[in-house]
Amino acid sequence: MSGLTTLLQSSIAFGTIIMFGALGEIITEKAGNLNLGIPGVMYLGAISSLVGVFFYEKNVAEPNPVVCAIIAILCAFCAAALGGLIFSFLTITLRANQNVTGLTLTIFGSGVANFFGGLLNGFAGGVGQIRVATTSKVFMTKLPLLSDLGIVGKLLFSYGWLVYVAIILAILCQWYLNKTRSGLNLRAVGENPATADAAGINVTLYRYLATCIGTGIAGLGGLYYVMDYTKGTWANDGTIENLGWLAVALVIFAIWRPKNAIWGAYLFGFLFWAYLYIPGLNRQSLELFNMLPYVVTIIVLVFTSFRKKRENQPPNSLGLAYFREDR
Amino acid sequence: MQNNIAVKMQNITKTFGKKVIANKNVTLHIEKGEILSLLGENGSGKTTLMNMLAGIYYPDSGSIFMDNDGEGLKEVSIRSPKDAYTLGIGMIHQHFKLVDVFTATENVALGLDRSIAFNKKQIATDILAICDKYGFKVDPDKKVYNMSVSEKQTLEIVKALYRGANILILDEPTAVLTPQETDMLFDVMRNMKEDGKSIIIITHKLNEVLAISDRVSILRKGEYVGTVDTADASVQSLTEMMVGQKVTLEIDRKEPHDKKERLVVKDLTCVNKYGVTALDNISFTAYGGEILGVAGISGSGQKELLEAIAGLHETTEGSSVQYIAPDSDEKTELIGKTALQIKNMGVALSFVPEDRLGMGLVGSMGMSDNMMLRSYRKGFIFTERTGPKKLANKVKEELEVVTPSIQTPVRKLSGGNVQKVLVGREIAAQPTVLMTAYAVRGLDVNTSYTIYGLLNEQKEKGVAVIYVGEDLDVLLALSDRILVLCDGKLNGIVDARTTTKEEIGLLMTHIREEAQNNG
Repeated sequence: MSGLTTLLQSSIAFGTIIMFGALGEIITEKAGNLNLGIPGVMYLGAISSLVGVFFYEKNVAEPNPVVCAIIAILCAFCAAALGGLIFSFLTITLRANQNVTGLTLTIFGSGVANFFGGLLNGFAGGVGQIRVATTSKVFMTKLPLLSDLGIVGKLLFSYGWLVYVAIILAILCQWYLNKTRSGLNLRAVGENPATADAAGINVTLYRYLATCIGTGIAGLGGLYYVMDYTKGTWANDGTIENLGWLAVALVIFAIWRPKNAIWGAYLFGFLFWAYLYIPGLNRQSLELFNMLPYVVTIIVLVFTSFRKKRENQPPNSLGLAYFREDR
Repeated sequence: MQNNIAVKMQNITKTFGKKVIANKNVTLHIEKGEILSLLGENGSGKTTLMNMLAGIYYPDSGSIFMDNDGEGLKEVSIRSPKDAYTLGIGMIHQHFKLVDVFTATENVALGLDRSIAFNKKQIATDILAICDKYGFKVDPDKKVYNMSVSEKQTLEIVKALYRGANILILDEPTAVLTPQETDMLFDVMRNMKEDGKSIIIITHKLNEVLAISDRVSILRKGEYVGTVDTADASVQSLTEMMVGQKVTLEIDRKEPHDKKERLVVKDLTCVNKYGVTALDNISFTAYGGEILGVAGISGSGQKELLEAIAGLHETTEGSSVQYIAPDSDEKTELIGKTALQIKNMGVALSFVPEDRLGMGLVGSMGMSDNMMLRSYRKGFIFTERTGPKKLANKVKEELEVVTPSIQTPVRKLSGGNVQKVLVGREIAAQPTVLMTAYAVRGLDVNTSYTIYGLLNEQKEKGVAVIYVGEDLDVLLALSDRILVLCDGKLNGIVDARTTTKEEIGLLMTHIREEAQNNG
């Protein structure tokens, strides 16, 4: 029983990281930009928040927890959004190929993060010596009272508050995309930019904003990983990248709907960890189990293509640059 | 004194890249409460000119004046579609600007930034009010991808009116409509005119110009030719202004002789990639020495019909296409054969799809290399190049293809010239069955008639010609028999010499019960 509880807990922890990434990517893709740089911007978000609070905590005698949290969130969001800005400039303004640019951004992000992560480790006096105690404590603050409710409390309320922020964000995204005028315009930009343009919508502005805000949100996934999951240290083990790719897969799994991303993310988290609890796995069969999230994504893809419902298809102009005077 | 001019465009010039001059020094005006036809051949710059009013393009030089408050003309700058809407200009583009997965209401609401949350019910009510006023029919909750072409067009007009457009521009609105739907559109246009709106209709169909408009402005090769009152114009005079020279608008149709069965199509059924039945139990016979026209609203299965015969489209069990060879009278079943085998037997498909370069030609290769696509199997190890080169020169000369050289990538040629290359190559292969789809789409009047002449020549030689066309007038004048498709079903084969446009129009839209029962 306690094994299952731990499994579910770690599912929710990793699910949250994936959810941030997927929400960011949904917003981006709904505007027609296919950003494969999600793992990269999650790296950027992670390392920037770590660097930011590391120097704050180092130079201030008694760090203020609230300031710590604000610095971490701002650093993560802005650094990731900056990555999105590079992507936007290349793909929207210069109309470079989105796939290539996105993959490059992933490589760039992981390189930057590991370079500065290494530097930071050196600063702190060795691997695993980085300490941002106040900040990681802030992010690991649990909901008072509720987390003491026995097994229910353990399963539902024993997480740092970013977990709940992710859910609220998903509901907000769902509401924004489907109920607001601006969300309608955003979807139109992704479906048919020429139509949106003719209707007086600023396609370039919408795409820039959607991409930058989307990557910013994805950056929060990196923040959660580094502050809550690894408790404020830097380890170069490629987990962020794995989770980033899962986030991209989750967008398809959720058929571009934020509300589906909530339970989809937890399912992906569960599938990610499931191998630990299946007895008798050796190294090879373990790798097979690591495929599970991707396998279910493919199944969903097959399933949605069978149903052929237009609403379940990707945004119509996903991955295509738009230029008004194109002939 | 009240000024009657709504918009005036003065000395407008627009170029694309360095070489393509789309409009050169065009000056024209639109009066209040009139229907103005903008006439010109494809590529004469009509759409470009109007796109500058709609804010899609911005003129390189020249000015636009408008009278919005009744106090005389003022210069305006239309930098974006939004500016155009603010000035009360709405354009209905040829390729509809609608989002497929949105409902009618959502499409109308698009881009209007009033409040964060929007009131779908209110917009739906407003839409219905506009519909009542002018006699439209729109279902506010219907998704666009479920709509017919004419419903989409109606929605586009409603969208423009909802935004308060006083000047409506319709780009080739009748290209996709049946004759009956066209009449309905014209009624609505007259209603809007009564209401004081100015309407510009872009078209190259002369009889429509004469039927609907008050005045006609003519463009030729990007330049303004002149404006005439419709009352003083005739088909012949308008054509001459449009083309710039005297043209004979006659298709020399001879009585077919020696009719011999070439293709016997039986129970042909196709399912397209979306799982929809695109062709439903089609049976007909095509004869050598005859032109069989195929009519239907676009997307009624014309494409699938030709592709299935050419071996490019899967057919379902029980379909049969029999080919009768001219010399031996031997019957061969084409279903199950590869496209290459079918081609070698002499069944040629000169398919001009919506996207001209999509099928048939490779855009980045020159004319001679494109000729080689038919003969690349010739030659040992190295390809044989002299034949294609000769052929390319022959096509260039005979069909007057305008190109710097036969090595110039065909993508750089104008649409009309691209089509000449394609049709020329197929005819050069000396087929026994020649299938063409939209062979004259985008061609100027002269070239169109050249192509009709070529097809008639092939017919004289005993070739079975299948001609999928859009313009009913041409189909009636060119074909011997006309096969009408409706929603993938064969709705009848009529004699082109005795039928009327109205009869074909009805066949295009209504499935005939007895036709279904008889199979």
